[in-house]
Amino acid sequence: MKPTNTRDPEYYHKVVDCQYACPAHTPVPEYIRLIAAEKYTEAYMVNWESNVFPGVLGRTCDRPCEPACRRVRVEEEPVAICRLKRVAADQKGDVKQLMPQGPFPPNGKRIALIGGGPASLTVARDLAPLGYEIHLFDEQIAGGGMMRSQIPSFRLPETVLNEEVGFILDMGIHTQFLTYVSSLREVLSQNYDAVFVGTGAPKGKDLTNLPGRSEGAASIHIGIEWLASVAFEHTKSISKKVIVLGGGNTAMDCCRTARRLGGEEVKVVVRSPFSEMKASPWEKEDAMHEDIQIFDNHVPLSFEVENGKLIGMKFQKVKAVYDEKGKRQLIPTEEPDVFIEADEVLVAIGQQNSFPWIERDLGLEFDQWEMPVVDRTTFQSTLPKVFFGGDAAFGPENVITAVAQGHQAAVSIHLFCQGKDLMDRPSPYTNLVSQKMGIHEWSYDSQIAADHRYAVPQAKKSVTLKDRKKEVELGFDVPTAYKETQRCLNCDVQTVFSADRCIECDACMDVCPTSCINFTENAEEDQLRLNLLVPAENTSQDLLVSENLKTGRVMVKDEDVCLHCGLCAERCPTSAWDMQKYFYSVTKAYQVPAPFPSLQK
Amino acid sequence: MSYLKPLFSHPKLPKNKIGYTLKEYEGSLSTLCAGCGHDSISAAIVRACFELSIEPHRVAKISGIGCSSKTPTYFLGNSHGFNSVHGRMPSVATGANMANKEMVYFGVSGDGDSASIGMGQFVHVIRRNLNMVYVVMNNGCYGLTKGQDSATADQGSISKSGHVNPFQAIDLASLAIELGASFVAQSFSGDKQQLIPLLKAAIQHQGFAFLNVISPCVTFNNNPGSTKSYDYVREHIEATSVLDFVPHQEEIKTQYDEGKSTRVELHDGSEIQLNKLSMDWNPEDRVSVVSALQNAREKQEILTGLLYINTEWKDLHGTLNTTKTPLNRLKEEELCPGTEALNQINIGFR
Ligand SMILES: Cc1cc2nc3c(=O)[nH]c(=O)nc-3n(C[C@H](O)[C@H](O)[C@H](O)COP(=O)(O)OP(=O)(O)OC[C@H]3O[C@@H](n4cnc5c(N)ncnc54)[C@H](O)[C@@H]3O)c2cc1C
Ligand SMILES: Cc1ncc(C[n+]2csc(CCOP(=O)(O)OP(=O)(O)O)c2C)c(N)n1
Ligand code: SF4
Ligand code: SF4
Ligand code: SF4
Ligand SMILES: [Mg+2]
Repeated sequence: MKPTNTRDPEYYHKVVDCQYACPAHTPVPEYIRLIAAEKYTEAYMVNWESNVFPGVLGRTCDRPCEPACRRVRVEEEPVAICRLKRVAADQKGDVKQLMPQGPFPPNGKRIALIGGGPASLTVARDLAPLGYEIHLFDEQIAGGGMMRSQIPSFRLPETVLNEEVGFILDMGIHTQFLTYVSSLREVLSQNYDAVFVGTGAPKGKDLTNLPGRSEGAASIHIGIEWLASVAFEHTKSISKKVIVLGGGNTAMDCCRTARRLGGEEVKVVVRSPFSEMKASPWEKEDAMHEDIQIFDNHVPLSFEVENGKLIGMKFQKVKAVYDEKGKRQLIPTEEPDVFIEADEVLVAIGQQNSFPWIERDLGLEFDQWEMPVVDRTTFQSTLPKVFFGGDAAFGPENVITAVAQGHQAAVSIHLFCQGKDLMDRPSPYTNLVSQKMGIHEWSYDSQIAADHRYAVPQAKKSVTLKDRKKEVELGFDVPTAYKETQRCLNCDVQTVFSADRCIECDACMDVCPTSCINFTENAEEDQLRLNLLVPAENTSQDLLVSENLKTGRVMVKDEDVCLHCGLCAERCPTSAWDMQKYFYSVTKAYQVPAPFPSLQK
Repeated sequence: MSYLKPLFSHPKLPKNKIGYTLKEYEGSLSTLCAGCGHDSISAAIVRACFELSIEPHRVAKISGIGCSSKTPTYFLGNSHGFNSVHGRMPSVATGANMANKEMVYFGVSGDGDSASIGMGQFVHVIRRNLNMVYVVMNNGCYGLTKGQDSATADQGSISKSGHVNPFQAIDLASLAIELGASFVAQSFSGDKQQLIPLLKAAIQHQGFAFLNVISPCVTFNNNPGSTKSYDYVREHIEATSVLDFVPHQEEIKTQYDEGKSTRVELHDGSEIQLNKLSMDWNPEDRVSVVSALQNAREKQEILTGLLYINTEWKDLHGTLNTTKTPLNRLKEEELCPGTEALNQINIGFR
């Protein structure tokens, strides 16, 4: 193999598994260390700079970072990255003074944002400080999009959402709520310099063709419409027996909300096997904890209506069968159909995009699935002035993806408004600093804690089921949060190797607790992976390969299970290894100044 | 500074025949200087014992005084250990071995510990052919007392302070052969590929197995002009052979040219296969080994590999014809068989 090019900003970035997996690339270990140091305000700001909604995300994020966390590979459970973020938000001091302070000198450009969800709000935050005049339109009563209309208050208190939406709107955004945009042509006629579409995926899927659908209509609701109507307090109760169709997070929110509005026998019925349900494992656990039964492998056959009143649903029992390619098929079993009693049904089987308000003759192309044609890097549509982001761009995802795309769309809009090439994107800000403080002293806590993941305490069921707004999770208290922070392995503190200093004494190889380091003959990657002390089978993790050493061998380090304990560097007599902290930040249209040196340019 | 090793290990760490991973053979975190050759030797011992699937509780590590003699703390943490007095490791090892012959005995010593203060004990344990592995971690200096020249420092070798050593070196390997050691090898801490099979062969050898391992002292003897530095050793090393250790009942995988390779069978049925790199030497002929060592010295080469082996000579228990049962397991009735038995013995002397 060729010597690894560690100057490629992505090389060390990839070693920070959580940050790499985070769509917005939040510098996770950095904020975890700040929490450990009780610097909650700074920890909040590291998050805010990158993911805009730390308080919201610390409670509701889909957390793609956690399955990626290195801890999973060396222990079992990931660091509670998400819930530590909430600690930063819960404990923070005055953060507002650290945010960009308006009024900002106008730059003469006007931008329209359609929809007020996390995608649009991110664009607003990134562009407002640059002097753009921003007009945000949303049909809801307040900003936040689905974070307000869909995510139930028992998971996300309104106060938390309001505060973080407020931080952005207070930057001088012109908002027009309760305003449904019914024509893009009309918006374009207002001569905005650019238009951002962040209207989400607002249409819930239905089972229109199922027998009994129209007869039972009064008792059958589309999940996301029903959740919105609960959130905006149009719906205040539900019958005792409820069926929720679907196995995703929306279904989980529906069933749990139903439990709080009077539902006593709430049953989730899903086509797929339990283990393949789309809902996150923790959402399923929480639902079951609230006495919700989950029936898997049941395919809906009909809504049963008697005397004009819905009495339940019929289901066919199936089992999952997989072909050689692993493709799943649901095959009916021989068992008789199942009738489940219900007074009301919530259909939570997915969401769709829908753009009835975009005229199709504007030069804005749509593909065969009626989705706008959008560039995956620039988020520009085929109408150069119009940009998309969030669920509106590529279909339903989650808040953190909407934020990440919002940042990129903002970069594009800023480049576009300056007449620059949108493909010439700013490179990430990176910084690599030695952590050496003395011969064997590091400025980070290199000890490895063996603690298992700490559980977040929850409020009593007897309390939470009575009040739909009572938050279920209580968040970590400070002492527990500290212990959880110590589980983080500081993956951003990189093992940096200088071949010219190595005397090949083997000390690093011998001491490495996880057998990462090897001195061996060079070979092609496939072979080299097999030749290591412990074969490097996880090909998603890179090998760090040195220049040739004096004996003609190379140093090969498998990044897979490195603990970042720094023992290699402590045992190296020549400082050929050094522990260096790698800071990586996605460059935003407007770089938020940070309160501490590592974030300052 | 780290004082503790992290508890985690590679989740795919291989297991040996008795279900242990390398971890079970490690000791606590070394406090020797970073980069010390002794640590590499410790790591090689860990690996050799792991690969041989030796039960850690069947090993006793005995050492004298010196950085080298401290290393038993850093390997085989689940084994027995005795850190004895300067130069007195052989007598403790002899006592322990006499009491219980069923253990694997690792004597760990330094060039100071063996070639100066402990020379008397060293020569006698050799001539008794005590069944043990005797490793000298040879750095040509007294590391622990800050790097004074030892008796194995080569004449003309320059110390870190610039002092040129005026004395002849004691060649421990030649001496061991001369005194009748039944297994003599020489190696380099920086060459685990050679050191590990040598250690395995030494452990399986029934009798006294001596390993003189050049082990650079990074702090006091790794300077230009020193003949025990990493650079000097790497430049002057001459391997006598490539050695494979083939455990009992395992298939021999590597094939070498006829005539160039020699096989030596050990007591337990395992085999040492030597692919000779130097032809004017035969590991079973003392005279040829001594002259090979002399020749190498003339050329300022350091001969490594298995130098000499004799599997015929009896070890100390054989010579003394001790009981089959280890002495420490003999019960009172066997040790004090009673008046009748004593009378019989006394009659025998009349
Ligand atoms: C029940 C449910 C629970 C969820 N839970 C989570 C969770 O826990 N964690 C998570 O990360 N994600 C969750 N999501 C997904 C997440 O809410 C969305 O992915 C995210 O909000 C998308 O952001 P966005 O900015 O693209 O659009 P949205 O948040 O959907 O916002 C779009 C906004 O545009 C408005 N709008 C649409 N069309 C028009 C128009 N023509 N004129 C004016 N306004 C318009 C809408 O009213 C809405 O306010 C959940 C989704 C659902 C349905
Ligand atoms: C009886 C006695 N004399 C002298 C000493 C001082 N002393 C400690 S270690 C040592 C030399 C050790 O040299 P070596 O065996 O080569 O070990 P190294 O530290 O080089 O590995 C000496 C002389 C001692 N501890 N005890
Ligand atoms: S251990 Fe810490 S830095 Fe490493 S992936 Fe997990 S959270 Fe991120
Ligand atoms: S930091 Fe060094 S010693 Fe520690 S696990 Fe990583 S490579 Fe091994
Ligand atoms: S400890 Fe340092 S000098 Fe020794 S082999 Fe490792 S990198 Fe090279
Ligand atoms: Mg010494």
